[in-house]
Amino acid sequence: MQILSAENAKVFSENIWKENPIFRQILGICSCLAVTNLVFNTMIMCAGLIFATVMSNLLVSALRNYIAGRIRMIAQVVLIAVSVTVVDLLLKAFLYDVSKQLGAYVGLIITNCIVMGRAEVFAMKNSPWPSFWDGLGAGIGYSIVLLIIAIPREILGFGTLMGYPIMSQDWISWNIMIMPPGAFFMLGILIWIVNSTGKKVGHDEK
Amino acid sequence: MSEIHPLIIFIAAIFTNNILLANFLGMCSFIAISKTLKASVGLGTAVVFVMAITTPVSWIIYYELLVPLELEYLYFLIAIMVIAGIVQLVEIILERYSPALYYTLGIFLPLITVNCAILGACLFFVVRNYNFMQTVAYGIGSGIGWAIAIIGMAAIRRRLRFAHVPPALEGIGITMIITGIMALAFSGFAGVVSIQ
Repeated sequence: MQILSAENAKVFSENIWKENPIFRQILGICSCLAVTNLVFNTMIMCAGLIFATVMSNLLVSALRNYIAGRIRMIAQVVLIAVSVTVVDLLLKAFLYDVSKQLGAYVGLIITNCIVMGRAEVFAMKNSPWPSFWDGLGAGIGYSIVLLIIAIPREILGFGTLMGYPIMSQDWISWNIMIMPPGAFFMLGILIWIVNSTGKKVGHDEK
Repeated sequence: MSEIHPLIIFIAAIFTNNILLANFLGMCSFIAISKTLKASVGLGTAVVFVMAITTPVSWIIYYELLVPLELEYLYFLIAIMVIAGIVQLVEIILERYSPALYYTLGIFLPLITVNCAILGACLFFVVRNYNFMQTVAYGIGSGIGWAIAIIGMAAIRRRLRFAHVPPALEGIGITMIITGIMALAFSGFAGVVSIQ
């Protein structure tokens, strides 16, 4: 089997920008906003999310012929919960401090609509290998948006990037950027910018 | 376990630590449903109702079943199944005993299974070491807080139809900005009471 056939490459790259889950469907923004005040935590969260999406896509896709249509939602949720439990245990084992800081948000990957959305839309209908690329693409697309939000928040809110001070000595931190409203404003502005480029965010009533 | 009075947790969960505005949970349905006021009231009520039941039930299962058996790592799996099960149960009971309420809340109940606010409340009481009464207060308070946020948002969005918003900001963009302003307003309560 080819490692990355043309078709898989298309699935993979479409999820990153053209069908980006956050811009396209406004999915899964809960955890997106909660952890983005520190770039490092965001990266760990993204890694966890990519892992969970890929693993749940693989599991759902491998078992898709055994899942009865009527109970497929609950079956998918259970498989996703298994993947997220693995992420949580790995974090607790290797990155205990970060896992303490992220707290409940790791568990909340379960209800992140992106994971569920990919399982329902793609993995239920395709074989494991394309599903793997689909999950990876969706995860990376999501991570890029998270980092775009996280980097300005940490720079303006703490005057640091990845913990290293980059602003001058007399920099006064914008406390609002660390607080929840900062995340809402950042995402609002980001959607504004993306919309101005002619890409329509979300399915709106208008 | 922390020694905060349940009443304080209740107030804090509504205002200072609003699960939507401070913890960002339940954003997906918040944005989708707050388009219409009537649906927001329906979903808000359903969330209060389900959260008031799921958090105490999960507490009992976690501390009376999983902790003695040392199976805490299965909690994600159990919590999500408890939520799905309770939502189903509530749906069946309502349909049987209160058809009127069922027709108001009915279509919103399936949505609630994947509402992260519900799962979030079930995970936060573990992280914050609440005892039973504190958990009950937290569950009801969070539900009410979420309902207040979505109903307020729906009312604002109704007025917004007559406002001149930059075309690129229409819809979700402006909703996010307004949510930010709402979060700012709610953080004004911060001095009143606080939990973590």
